[in-house]
Amino acid sequence: MDRINAHFEDLQEGDEISDWPPVENVSRSNFVRYAGASGDFNPMHHDDTVAQKVGYPSVFGHGMFTAGVLGHYLTDWVGPGNLRKYAVQFKGQLYPGRTLQISAKVTRKYKEANENRIDADLRVQDDQGTVLITGTATAALPSRG
Amino acid sequence: MVDKSIVGTEMGGSWMLVEQGKVREFAKSILDDNPVYSEEDPPLPPTFTMAMAHWPAPQGGQTAGLSKLGLDLLRVLHGGQEYEYLGEIKVGDKLTTRSKIADVYEKEGKRGGTLTFVTSETTFTNQRGEDVLVARTILVQTSKAAS
Repeated sequence: MDRINAHFEDLQEGDEISDWPPVENVSRSNFVRYAGASGDFNPMHHDDTVAQKVGYPSVFGHGMFTAGVLGHYLTDWVGPGNLRKYAVQFKGQLYPGRTLQISAKVTRKYKEANENRIDADLRVQDDQGTVLITGTATAALPSRG
Repeated sequence: MVDKSIVGTEMGGSWMLVEQGKVREFAKSILDDNPVYSEEDPPLPPTFTMAMAHWPAPQGGQTAGLSKLGLDLLRVLHGGQEYEYLGEIKVGDKLTTRSKIADVYEKEGKRGGTLTFVTSETTFTNQRGEDVLVARTILVQTSKAAS
């Protein structure tokens, strides 16, 4: 299934996308760049001393870093500007060195507000099987017609 | 325990000018190398408005507002985030925000203790007075500080 620029006609309810390329070996540098871009300088995301003091093994990524990467995969799939709703729940921490695995499942296909829409369930887990994010999205898809 | 009467409390607001360089920087930070973000008139990444979420508001910032509402920031985690995209946002737009507490509820935690969920809702309005985005942040307060 197309994971880039999907069209409404090509998707069916129940379709799963699990062949998105993984984001390998996420690093502290990724977290620091996201801190700069977002302005979120919570030290838990860049200072091991602070993170370890409150019981974490090391720094971990901003939830919104992973939600941002998931949003990037989503816009690759449905096209920038076509998202209507996007929601995430944070389930686990992303530690440096882990790999992100991203997947989606089409749960509903319908017409609303004169648009061809889909709803999808979303999931991000790491390479050890820890679920980091579950989420949902609604998008208006272009038609081949 | 957080008082449920805080639902509806106005949290103040802020504003931002949507700048091309910030959009490009934000896209890079979420590992998005789509060349569209280097163009003059790029779309916005779906979570782009996080770039203003940590700016201090004139009233002393969102976090100051939260402690006034009885939340203990040392026990607060970011539980979730939601967006409703109501209209197009373009580079050059001036977005004005207003925030309020939209919901408060409690749940028993899996490992014991009570979790308090607080949803703050921010509406983004453009320079033409059109509401273009609603963002909701779900904060979770645990009954004990992380140790």
